[in-house]
Amino acid sequence: MPSFPRVFLGLFCLLVAVLLLAPTLVVIPMSFNGNKSLAFPPVGFSWQWYANFFSNPDWTTSFTNSLIIALIVAVVATVVGTLAAFGVTRAAARTGGLLRALLITPMVVPGVVLAIGIYAVYLDAHLVGTVVGFVLAHTMLAIPFVLIAVQASLEVFDRRLETAASSLGAGRLTVFRTVTLPLILPGILSGALFAFITSFDEIIVALFITSPYLKTLPVQIYTSITRDADPTVAAVGTLLFIATSLIIVAGLLFGMRRGRT
Amino acid sequence: MNAPQRSAGAAIEIRKASKRYGAFTALNDIDLHIRPGEFMTLLGPSGSGKTTTLNLIAGFTDISSGALEIGGKSVTGLPSHKRNIGVVFQHYALFPHMTVGKNVAYPLTLRGIKGEDRERRVKRALDMVKMTDFAHRYPNELSGGQQQRVALARALVFDPPLLLMDEPLGALDKKLREWLQLEIKRIHRELGTTFVYVTHDQEEALVLSDRIAVFNGGRIEQIGTGRELYDHPATLFVGRFIGESTVLRGPTETVDGNTVMTIGKDKVVAHGRLPGDARPVILLRPERTALKRPGADAVTGENRLSGTVEEAIYLGSGSKYEVRLTDGTTAVVRSPLGGADFRIGDPVDVTFTPADLTLLPDDASADVTLT
Ligand SMILES: Nc1ncnc2c1ncn2[C@@H]1O[C@H](COP(=O)(O)OP(=O)(O)OP(=O)(O)O)[C@@H](O)[C@H]1O
Ligand SMILES: [Mg+2]
Repeated sequence: MPSFPRVFLGLFCLLVAVLLLAPTLVVIPMSFNGNKSLAFPPVGFSWQWYANFFSNPDWTTSFTNSLIIALIVAVVATVVGTLAAFGVTRAAARTGGLLRALLITPMVVPGVVLAIGIYAVYLDAHLVGTVVGFVLAHTMLAIPFVLIAVQASLEVFDRRLETAASSLGAGRLTVFRTVTLPLILPGILSGALFAFITSFDEIIVALFITSPYLKTLPVQIYTSITRDADPTVAAVGTLLFIATSLIIVAGLLFGMRRGRT
Repeated sequence: MNAPQRSAGAAIEIRKASKRYGAFTALNDIDLHIRPGEFMTLLGPSGSGKTTTLNLIAGFTDISSGALEIGGKSVTGLPSHKRNIGVVFQHYALFPHMTVGKNVAYPLTLRGIKGEDRERRVKRALDMVKMTDFAHRYPNELSGGQQQRVALARALVFDPPLLLMDEPLGALDKKLREWLQLEIKRIHRELGTTFVYVTHDQEEALVLSDRIAVFNGGRIEQIGTGRELYDHPATLFVGRFIGESTVLRGPTETVDGNTVMTIGKDKVVAHGRLPGDARPVILLRPERTALKRPGADAVTGENRLSGTVEEAIYLGSGSKYEVRLTDGTTAVVRSPLGGADFRIGDPVDVTFTPADLTLLPDDASADVTLT
């Protein structure tokens, strides 16, 4: 029979899990609400909010905007962040440490402060409400995540493998392509995923630099929920929940397959 | 034929080479000539510059001054991936994301060798190290000895004229080491490739090498066959590093052109004298000395040092004795099977002819480095 502390520990974990999951689990039933209300528990059952999400241009456009911006951010931030991680890891210890501290400031500085700064600069540069503006701002926010993820895998990467590859006849680019890259790929991929999510999820800066002509999904969710209690928000939430769950499961499966080798 | 093609080994010529890291000199003016197809071992204590020398040859580090030629051509400025040299590392350095087969195929792919030709050469290399059945495994599914055999196959599969090995057996247990030493020797014999092998284990060096270069503090003390180094060490350091030895130190005088050293109550005569005014020491080998009862079996011209047996060890193939001499030095003596038996506490004479000893200049660094 399990001892008392074990039972207690188990129950405590369950409680934490429920607390963490509760908001999500509230959203799912609400998305099938029969009425146009965000009251919980929902009344009746319907698919209309899902239909609305896929047909209403306000929702489809903002979703496509977010997707495009987040994809570009994922690519740019991953390339820049990975290069930065190489620099930080392979520079002299002191320089590397300083650079790293500098590069992760966007993660530490409060979002509103950044948002105000970005907004002020964008007004002059006419970047408010542009895709370029969003990509630049979100890339800045995403780089620290890529840096941290890639640096973690670079630190466990055995550089002596590069020496070995070189002795076997591989030039620097070939060494990178055939040895370094495949071995730090998990770090780069998780960095890319973080970058994508950082951008896709971002609301504070987005609220400042948005315009009626360019809204991202989080901005659309925010405006729709402040204007009227539209359960489409819950439908979007549920879809995002399913999408992220699928990505995580895929990531775990991928990790397990690699872990075997 | 099972092994990669017999290729002509490359000669290596190192002249007045130095390597400095800032103010620190890791290699000081070394000269080393390695013949084509030779098995040359770089032997020396930790930090003596063996790896640095190997790294210079492989192109992993730049030479600070001096000349380096491989196969008659200067390789200064040539990056390591263009040198066509096989390298085996102590830490194996197999690519963890590739199977054994892919690891061995890697250098061939880089050289544009494809398809059946590549398959055949990979198989031949794996056959040579007896790892053919493991081609589909990943490195982390292999033991250390197996990984090192794969690394050897990978370093030889492209028929390099030169193979460098840096303590390849350092991480393996004794039995496996001894077996792999013989495998490496066999492969060297079959291929005719020049092998340069780094170790700090003098026994390993003696087993493997055609010649040995003894390193000490960034310099080469002596280059020669195992026998030359053992029988005629050029320095006290070499004499002590290779094999077992007893070192005698005492006040000396020159009598009739010979050196006479006083050891406690006894005197030792060594033929000739050292050039210059270096303080002489006498180096004795355990099997070139014998134990006799005090005063018994005198032979004209032999040296006799009286002492007491401190330790007697039966070795099967003979016995080993430690004898405390009258000046407090401990002398090591090996006697063959069937010799007289001595017990701890027995008074004895350690005997040897002047031809059995080596007279060398004293060198304080020889003691420090060895302990
Ligand atoms: N990159 C470096 N920077 C500074 N000093 C170095 C560097 N590499 C080696 N050294 C120094 O050079 C000396 C020789 O090193 P080397 O690696 O050649 O020794 P080794 O004979 O291979 O010793 P070991 O048996 O321990 O491997 C050592 O004192 C070492 O500290
Ligand atoms: Mg070394």
